[in-house]
Amino acid sequence: MSETPLTEHVDVDAPLDLKAYEKVGGYEAVRRVVKEMTPAEVTELVKASKLRGRGGAGFPTGFKWSFVPMDGDAPRPKYLVANADEMEPGTFKDRLLLEGHPHQLVESMIVAAYAIQADVAYVFQRWAYRLVERRLRQAIAEAYAAGYLGKDVLGSGWSLEMHVHVSAGRYMCGEETGLLNALEGKRATPRAKPPFPQVSGLWGKPTIVQNVETLCNLPHIVRKGAAWFQGLARSADSGTKLYGASGKVKRPGLWELPMGTTAREILEQHAGGMRDGLEFRGLLPGGASTDFLVAEHLDVPMDFDSVTKAGSRLGTGTMIVLDSGTCPVGMVHNLEKFFAQESCGWCTPCRDGLPWTARLLKAIDDGDGKDGDLEQLERQCKLLGPGNTFCALAPGAVEPLQSALKYFRDDFERHIREKRCPWKES
Amino acid sequence: MAEIRIDGKTYEADASKNLLDVCLSLGLDLPYFCWHPALGSVGACRQCAVKQYKDEADERGRLVMACMTPAADGTRISIADGEARDFRAGVIEWLMVNHPHDCPVCDEGGECHLQDMTVMTGHNYRRYRFKKRTYRNQDLGPLVNHEMNRCIQCYRCVRFYGDHAGGDDLRAFGAHDHVYFGRHQDGVLESPFSGNLVEVCPTGVFTDKTLKQHYARKWDLQTAPSVCVHCALGCNTTPGERYGELRRVRGRYHGRVNGYFLCDRGRYGYGFTSHERRLRHPLLPQGAAGPAEAISADAAARRLAELVKEPGRVIGVGSPRASLEANFALKSLVGEERFFAGVGADEQRLVDAILDVVRRGPARVPSLREVERCDAALVLGEDVTETAPMLDLALRQAVRRQPSRAAGKLQIPVWNDAAVREAVQDERGPLYLATPASTRLDGAARRAWRAAPEDVARLGFAVAHELDAAAPAVAGLAPEVRELAAEVAAELAAAERPLVVSGAGGGSLAVVHAAANVAWALGKKRGEPAEVFYALPECNSLGLALLGARPLEDAFTADADVVVILENDLYRRAGAAAVDRFLDAARHLVVIDHLAHEAGARAELVLPAATFAEGDGTLVSNEGRAQRYYQVHVPRGEIRESWRWLAAAGWENLDDVVSALAASDPAFAALPAAAPSAGFRRAGSKLPRALHRYSGRTAMTAHLSVHEPKPVDDPDTPFNFSMEGWQGPPSGALAAEFWAPGWNSIQALNRFQEEVAGPLRAGDPGARLIEPSTDGADYFTEVPPAFARRQELRLVPLHHLFGSEELSVLSPGIAELVPQAYLALNPEDAAELGLDGAAELELDGRRLALPVRRRPELPRGVAGVPRALPDLALPRLPEWALVRKGGT
Repeated sequence: MSETPLTEHVDVDAPLDLKAYEKVGGYEAVRRVVKEMTPAEVTELVKASKLRGRGGAGFPTGFKWSFVPMDGDAPRPKYLVANADEMEPGTFKDRLLLEGHPHQLVESMIVAAYAIQADVAYVFQRWAYRLVERRLRQAIAEAYAAGYLGKDVLGSGWSLEMHVHVSAGRYMCGEETGLLNALEGKRATPRAKPPFPQVSGLWGKPTIVQNVETLCNLPHIVRKGAAWFQGLARSADSGTKLYGASGKVKRPGLWELPMGTTAREILEQHAGGMRDGLEFRGLLPGGASTDFLVAEHLDVPMDFDSVTKAGSRLGTGTMIVLDSGTCPVGMVHNLEKFFAQESCGWCTPCRDGLPWTARLLKAIDDGDGKDGDLEQLERQCKLLGPGNTFCALAPGAVEPLQSALKYFRDDFERHIREKRCPWKES
Repeated sequence: MAEIRIDGKTYEADASKNLLDVCLSLGLDLPYFCWHPALGSVGACRQCAVKQYKDEADERGRLVMACMTPAADGTRISIADGEARDFRAGVIEWLMVNHPHDCPVCDEGGECHLQDMTVMTGHNYRRYRFKKRTYRNQDLGPLVNHEMNRCIQCYRCVRFYGDHAGGDDLRAFGAHDHVYFGRHQDGVLESPFSGNLVEVCPTGVFTDKTLKQHYARKWDLQTAPSVCVHCALGCNTTPGERYGELRRVRGRYHGRVNGYFLCDRGRYGYGFTSHERRLRHPLLPQGAAGPAEAISADAAARRLAELVKEPGRVIGVGSPRASLEANFALKSLVGEERFFAGVGADEQRLVDAILDVVRRGPARVPSLREVERCDAALVLGEDVTETAPMLDLALRQAVRRQPSRAAGKLQIPVWNDAAVREAVQDERGPLYLATPASTRLDGAARRAWRAAPEDVARLGFAVAHELDAAAPAVAGLAPEVRELAAEVAAELAAAERPLVVSGAGGGSLAVVHAAANVAWALGKKRGEPAEVFYALPECNSLGLALLGARPLEDAFTADADVVVILENDLYRRAGAAAVDRFLDAARHLVVIDHLAHEAGARAELVLPAATFAEGDGTLVSNEGRAQRYYQVHVPRGEIRESWRWLAAAGWENLDDVVSALAASDPAFAALPAAAPSAGFRRAGSKLPRALHRYSGRTAMTAHLSVHEPKPVDDPDTPFNFSMEGWQGPPSGALAAEFWAPGWNSIQALNRFQEEVAGPLRAGDPGARLIEPSTDGADYFTEVPPAFARRQELRLVPLHHLFGSEELSVLSPGIAELVPQAYLALNPEDAAELGLDGAAELELDGRRLALPVRRRPELPRGVAGVPRALPDLALPRLPEWALVRKGGT
């Protein structure tokens, strides 16, 4: 059994309180960085660990931090934000860490905040995670009482305030600049980059936004080192990963496994394979906004570069499995409807293109498809591609659609030809 | 400068600009929506996509948004690239998904940017086969019409209204393909700049509600370059006429004055030109004996000539709302000694003082565009939003100068509007307001300070003294005022371009003097002249002051047989009793005006004058800029320009008047340069007033005669009253409607500027008549004593954008928005005086009963009353008055 640093102390029913956490090494990382390391050394350590962002984009964490101005006349206050808006369909990994081990996140955020010398930290939290809010507030209060937060953390001269912001929540808030606008009380529309949040973020000040799972790796890296962290993985991307599976598998769930575990191992060993009587048709490897992988890809290691090479993205690492009893057109329609609904309405392609794809898919699914509809869908996928839209929402949104058109084209054509959905009883 | 390659051709470009700006400046066609030259880039609509290549070897390239890409040296792009064209067509197709096909019944049709861009991209076949989204529209008041179904979500409206103009009652609501732009509920748009939505909106969501009352297409309007007559800023306008009636006014771009925008008073105030009080025929009023008798223009001219043939017995009363030429003609007719300004002595003293300050120097009057570039400002005593609205808009831009420098340090280009605003957030530059009552600009200021006019002046004197110890000190200053003065002085001294703003609106000479002292002290401290901007009361206040005239009150005691009153309702200028006596004493009274009023009813001869739309003339703005307004259309009736009624022998056309005026006084030497003469021709041709698509000219008067009338000759300008004449692009300075092939909307302006947002080709119109002397001036030394409460209240004038200006209130839309008269005072004063519902007071020999408004920000002992409303004129404020409890 491999190591599971992230989830080792997760207990959803009764998470560790501060004292219990300290007994198993909790807040040791805070003590170490604050007392023994310079901020630059922390950043260098994280760079050396090769930790990459677990929110979906896989951006190297230490590298991201290195853009934060650190000199004496850097603008103040600086901010650290934990992105706990987990709203990617099929994704529930951060919830486990938040509900089951809130102190781990608080400690992680103190470490990250110290590295960029942030003055204020926010947890931007999805409204639906009500239990999380309660537990986080409790953990933060305990951390304040213990001197890990507040003025002059552990006598270091450095101060950090931490707040939980319960957001009204939208998919768009998962995008870091949309999140920042929402945190400022503005419409959750994305911001142009450059300037990047590291230099002009929350309220125009230097800001780092990091996914919950990414952050939770930090105390372990501090305590056990970069080499240990790299050793956890089975591939070039280091560490462990919370992998999940949903859909009609025998045991849907979430498992902390070495980075680079294959899709087959996750699906067959951990999720127990497909339910009886159903066959595997494909999977979205990292939430709804990633391209389908099919049977030929099952042995692809689930790390950032390997999944990209296979034509998809690791995303959040929580796969949604498509089975033979489910209509791929209906599934994709469901997703596109979601994305169209979640478009913030800022840029034209996403605002007006996604609803068009959703309506076309509904028409096809309802038996009202027409010749040329698939070409129109393909055109929309192409036009909604990366770079053409203001942020990554729409390019992500068309990933399942464009790959479904590739791998399940026969099913789409059959819908149009037969003017009905073969999966629905006529 | 940068060198960039576009579709294989090399161009010089300004590296500080973005690619869209550069392409449009080069005259290339590239469609866009969310970008606006005055609002910058946000990258929302994705319409201006071009293919960008890494280098000469790159063959694949990638799509970028031109508006979000800097024109860096060595940039290589393609507009014509197939993928880029396909994407741009796709964007239009998306925008048209929900856009109704109602162009034939849409007011925007024919001047719609969305139409133009749709044609430009080539999208012409509808493939979207599902239902369109619909919205409920809102009643936004009498000025702006709302039709949300047409919206293409470019976000320009909220960016102009909120970000640029500081309004907070128009917002974006909803999300995904159901974003809604409107108010939280139906109601009148609060911003004084709401009418700009009509031009900022690229399609027909926001349209001119007053145009809708008497609609005509853009191409059916006869237009001419014009100047707004509703305040003294001299904003340029384009009035449009059809069938003898003005249908609308649009802002006309001026690179140094109003830029792209116009205030609502300027846009919607035109209704007076067709008001029922208009005079259209010469009249011989019969007084109580019966209705006035209409006579022919020739008969009227003969009658006038008889009356004035003994010049020594004639006096003339001029007007700050009449042109330079009209006032000069009257002055020439009656002689300098017998020419009176037509404004009360109090106002004239203020305007003369202001003219004296800006002439003496060394402080210079900036243009509005230059005000936008100032980075610190002190406003003394003037409620600029109400008296000089576009100055408010300019100061709102100025207040962002200093905070925006932080964005510059982050390498954010100035055109990257959203990024700059995110970096700046709510930081405000040093704008300090010192006025008796709160103003609509308060929210943009770093500090808004309330004090009586005397104390406002003392603050100004104190700031000047802080800047230069040689400036007179202020005795007995309260410590907190001294502190404020020191803070203001420090900010002004530290700024790169400090500005002092004041004006005649507060009615205080001491405030005018204090502002001058601040500007002069700043100049001394900096070693170079500072800038000072005074708001003046009316469109030609400064022109009239330059002509020089005696105060109106002197006319009341002048010995005269004949009184000629030019475009002036004297009852707005002085107390009714005094005016009554003056008019009763005149043996012969001649009134020249475009509107009937009380004095006209008492006249022996009434001559109908042209409005700005029916005649030509020159106005001198606050800036000292002389600008020509051109006749838009031939009026109905027997209307003539005032100067023509009064013309001296030998004056054949306007140029003759202008030459005579320029020759008469070195102050007007630059006047002939303000506008091309009547002899100006393009390739031998006059310029058309109507677009080449003008329709119906052969049918318009067919109910009278099937013969098409010969267009009326225009001896005064280079324009024809028709669509005939030079068909190439006119010089920018003379263009009224902006049109270019493929560009039917106001956005065609890009083709008439030397560069986007730069000066018009052939120069922005007008000529500055005043450049300050650099010798320096002696400080004003009469520091008023601190304000002390008395048993009476100190009544100060309050101004209303809609209500205080004489002509605009006659427009039906604006009339709806005029407030009732009131008395504003501090609630504690109200309690002390036992005022609850109403107050009574005596002012200028007039007893006023006014409802009470409690305004906690007003200093104790100070009360505000409207300076003017349609049935109220209080020209002598500030004044002490005893206020009593009035009847309910």
